[in-house]
Amino acid sequence: MSSEAAGGNNIDPNTMSIIVTKGTLDWAYPPFILGSTAAAMGLQVTMFFTFYGLGLLLKDLDLKVSTLGNPGMKMPMMGMHMGMPNLVSAIPGVDRMATTMMKNMIKKKGVASIPELREMAVEAECRLIACQMTMDLFEYSTDDMIPGLEIGGAATYIEVATQSHINLFI
Amino acid sequence: MADHTLDAKGLNCPLPILKAKKALKEVPDGGTLEILATDPGSVADFEAFSRTTGNELLEHSEEGGVYRFLLKKTA
Repeated sequence: MSSEAAGGNNIDPNTMSIIVTKGTLDWAYPPFILGSTAAAMGLQVTMFFTFYGLGLLLKDLDLKVSTLGNPGMKMPMMGMHMGMPNLVSAIPGVDRMATTMMKNMIKKKGVASIPELREMAVEAECRLIACQMTMDLFEYSTDDMIPGLEIGGAATYIEVATQSHINLFI
Repeated sequence: MADHTLDAKGLNCPLPILKAKKALKEVPDGGTLEILATDPGSVADFEAFSRTTGNELLEHSEEGGVYRFLLKKTA
C-alpha cells in the first residue's frame, strides 16, 4: 500500500497547528512555548486564537492566574507545596497575590515571559489567526491587537488543519 | 574555537533552544555555535533540535552544572 493510500500522508511532516482557547497566565505558556519552539525547529506553525485565547493577542497583556477551582495548582511555599481551598481563593486579592507569586517564580527560574515568547513566535513567522466570531462576541477590534494578525473563522482553521501534520487543541 | 558563543545560563526551557536558533543566523554555513546552559532539560532538547533540524550536535559535555553544546550549522 502506498503511503498516500495509508491516509493522505502527503502532508508536510513539518507543519503544526494549535487552537488556543485559554487566556490565563498559566495556560498561555503551552501554546506559546510549543509554537515558538516548533517554529525554531523549522516547522511551519499556525496558531488559531479563539474564545479566552483571543486575549493573548491583545497589545496590552494583563494575564492572571486563579487558584479558584484549580486544585492541581500547588505552589512551593514554606518548604512544601500548597494548594488553595476554594473558599480562600474566593477572597478578593487572593488571585492577585497568586499571580504576583507566579510572576516572581517565573522570573526567578529563568522562564520566559509571555510577551517574550509571543514576540519570538511572531519573529519566527508563526501564522497567527484571530477568531472573527470571538472578536465580535467580546467586542474587540484589530486596533486592540498586535499587528500582523490574520482574521478567520472555523473554516479557515479547518483548512489549515487539513494541511498540518500536527494539530493541537490547548 | 566556535564561530559564535551563546550564553544561555540561567535560562529555562524553551529559551536556550529559541536563542540558539536565533544565534545560528549569525553563524556561517558549516560554522559552529557553542551554547552554554544550566537547564538540565537542554541536554535532551538540543539532541532533539539537532535531529529535527539537521544541524549537527558535534559535542556536548557538562562541567560544574554548566552544559556545553557545540552545534554545526548544516541546515
